[in-house]
Amino acid sequence: MATTDIKDYDLRAEELIRDHGVDDHFHEHHEGDKYQSSFFSKYVFSLDHKMISRQFLITGIIWAVIGAGMSVIFRIQLGYPEADLQWLQPLLGKWINIDSAGVGTLDPEFFYSLVTMHGTILIFFVLTAGLSGTFANFLIPLQIGARDMASPIMNMLSYWFFFLASIVMFFSLFLSTGPFAGGWVAYPPLSALPQASTGSGAGMTLWLVALILFVISTLLGGINYITTIFNLRTKGMTFWRLPLSIWSLLITAIVGLLSFPVLVTGFLLLFFDRSLGTSFYLSEIFIGGEALDHVGGSPILYQHLFWFLGHPEVYIIILPAMGIVSEVLSVHSRKPIFGYRAMVYSLVAIGFLSFLVWAHHMFMSGVNPFLSSIFTTFTMIIAVPSAVKVFNWLSTIFRGSIRFNSASLFGIGFVSMFISGGLTGLFMGNSVLDIQIHDTYFIVAHFHLVMGVAAIFGMLAGIYHWYPKMFARHMNDTLGQIHFWGTIISAYMVFWPMHYLGMFGVPRRYYSFDVFDAFRDFGGLNEFITIGAIIGFLVQFVFIVNFFYSMWKGRKMTSKNPYKATTLEWTTPIDTPHGNWPGKIPTVERWAYDYSKNGEDYVPQVIPLREGEEAH
Amino acid sequence: METTMIANPGNHSKIHPQKFGLYLGIVSLIMAFAGLSSAYIVRQSAGNWLEFRLPTMFFVSTGVIVLSSLFVWLSSRAFNQQKELAYKTYMVGAFVMGCAFIVTQYLGWMQMYSSGIDLKGNPSGSFVYVMTILHVFHVLGGLVVLTVALYHAFVLPFELTYKRRVRLDLTSIYWHFVDILWIYLLLFFILQR
Repeated sequence: MATTDIKDYDLRAEELIRDHGVDDHFHEHHEGDKYQSSFFSKYVFSLDHKMISRQFLITGIIWAVIGAGMSVIFRIQLGYPEADLQWLQPLLGKWINIDSAGVGTLDPEFFYSLVTMHGTILIFFVLTAGLSGTFANFLIPLQIGARDMASPIMNMLSYWFFFLASIVMFFSLFLSTGPFAGGWVAYPPLSALPQASTGSGAGMTLWLVALILFVISTLLGGINYITTIFNLRTKGMTFWRLPLSIWSLLITAIVGLLSFPVLVTGFLLLFFDRSLGTSFYLSEIFIGGEALDHVGGSPILYQHLFWFLGHPEVYIIILPAMGIVSEVLSVHSRKPIFGYRAMVYSLVAIGFLSFLVWAHHMFMSGVNPFLSSIFTTFTMIIAVPSAVKVFNWLSTIFRGSIRFNSASLFGIGFVSMFISGGLTGLFMGNSVLDIQIHDTYFIVAHFHLVMGVAAIFGMLAGIYHWYPKMFARHMNDTLGQIHFWGTIISAYMVFWPMHYLGMFGVPRRYYSFDVFDAFRDFGGLNEFITIGAIIGFLVQFVFIVNFFYSMWKGRKMTSKNPYKATTLEWTTPIDTPHGNWPGKIPTVERWAYDYSKNGEDYVPQVIPLREGEEAH
Repeated sequence: METTMIANPGNHSKIHPQKFGLYLGIVSLIMAFAGLSSAYIVRQSAGNWLEFRLPTMFFVSTGVIVLSSLFVWLSSRAFNQQKELAYKTYMVGAFVMGCAFIVTQYLGWMQMYSSGIDLKGNPSGSFVYVMTILHVFHVLGGLVVLTVALYHAFVLPFELTYKRRVRLDLTSIYWHFVDILWIYLLLFFILQR
């Protein structure tokens, strides 16, 4: 009898699933936005993926301004080390030291805090949460044809954990001992011994708490993104019909899911060393003449655990930008993306290889040279899928009917940055050359171009492109183009000369080079870089004004598909409701890149293949 | 019910999204313990590594958690067979055994401590403490989930619905995972000597 019951039950369950697909369940409960009737449920504790995406974006923009502002302050120190910085006192307070002659200088300890927080904020809070958080939330349900994420509540929690992380990190900026100052990588012993420096005390504790909250946010988001892509694609949306933006967000989420937990374990051991007296990372250490109890730990162990996340993190940042740019370039060139499958395979290859190259950050830490050669080899191999992508982007725009607007310009700018920064990666990925350029400005130039500025360009391309879908209004394109040219010129002004500094061995993270004869000659170049940084920072306000002004006063969207694009998000109404499509979810009939096919400018994904028409 | 509301009629044989999400969460936990295991191996190979016998209580706790997993399985089976009493009884058994596991682990740590292996000492002991403590936190999470399952069993009226079965499945998948994770840790500590 029992067996029969199970069978009956299974049949009933099957019936229930058929009648109550997940979307159906969602639709039943959320239709008409009855859960979004108040200000709080609509704008604050929203379950709508589109609102959560905007929350990530705006929080990310605020962090970007703070992080970039910090870089301007430390660039002023590097470009004008002799200058009187008293005028910064209203902002920085006691971190500006006034000497007996009334000249103000930046506190060296706070300089390290600024460098550390700039890295932490930009890498995690802007380019991970701000970029992935925004576009994964916004694009996944809209482009795969789902009403929302698999778990809207987890999605909301993902934002609020990020928000909590933001609050904790922001609070740490105002500690009397200053925020953490030991570098964004938080290597022990600076991070493991509260007495190591002023920022290593409460500053480091808050840094650690913020980062753990941040990882929780990323994992909640990532699990949701992967589940949604696997389970909630609309009818006809096979994996080979997914837009590249979705592929890139999927690979990003998988890479994050596999690497962030390892970082947490690294942090867990760090916490035990800091607070409970263990010796995982701490060996015999004297501080102020006093011998500490720690025995036999290895800081290299932390480096392995950190970089096992740290390197994939680079791809967590750049992959979404790659997907966004693929989409933007194809739409605005009116051409199908070149080598779609090669693009997908290269995304997968980059994601896979990203786990096999971490020790190339540790060539100088005394790792076995044989091990270094293996990591060098894998690092060189990762250039192959990267080059495939560059070739395909260039081939996509080659002889296309390119619309030069803000979105496509930032897309092309991304490719430019990725090439410039990617080529220098071949130098430092080589363990022998890295001995000269390790921890110099060459590295700073490389990673800023290839994943810092490039990812920002990808993010901006995405913002300009999908702004009408986000806010039902257009941004001003002239201001957008001014923003683009100002940004790309200043970015090259800042990072191109840094290569020369690095080749001459000028080390990064130094407060001042006054006492080094060898580096004193670079004062002029440093000043030039600082001017570039200030211009670059100021130009971003053109964007910020444009972004917020257009939200209320921008040109209204008159057509639901202003770019004549093929993907599903442009089939939703202009004011897209919670649930995305009123009534029926569209069915997908073709891939995402039918541009300029058989004489037609574009054919949306929802249009069935015509008689005799071949799929791509 | 309009058929138009169904997202993808072709996708019905797919795994339930919540189960899929749970599996992904388990993958991330596996990565966390893999990270700790590799850190253990790397640190061990660097020398200055104290060898010691695992406390006997850890073997007792292994029996306890395996038993609790068995009870969860029996409870889930009884639920599907609509045997209400067995479902409730086994669920209580699982919860009690889960609590007992925490106690036996605590006694295990006490045994380690009294034999001179303390948290701050040689990293070989520190690793065992950290990994088992992290595991116990996951078991505590499991006990919270079991508490919810007990609430479902004893407060809500007994009915075999799809939603209830999915919830029960989620509970048992997670509980079996923390059980298997413990067995892995024990074997790892024994074999990695």
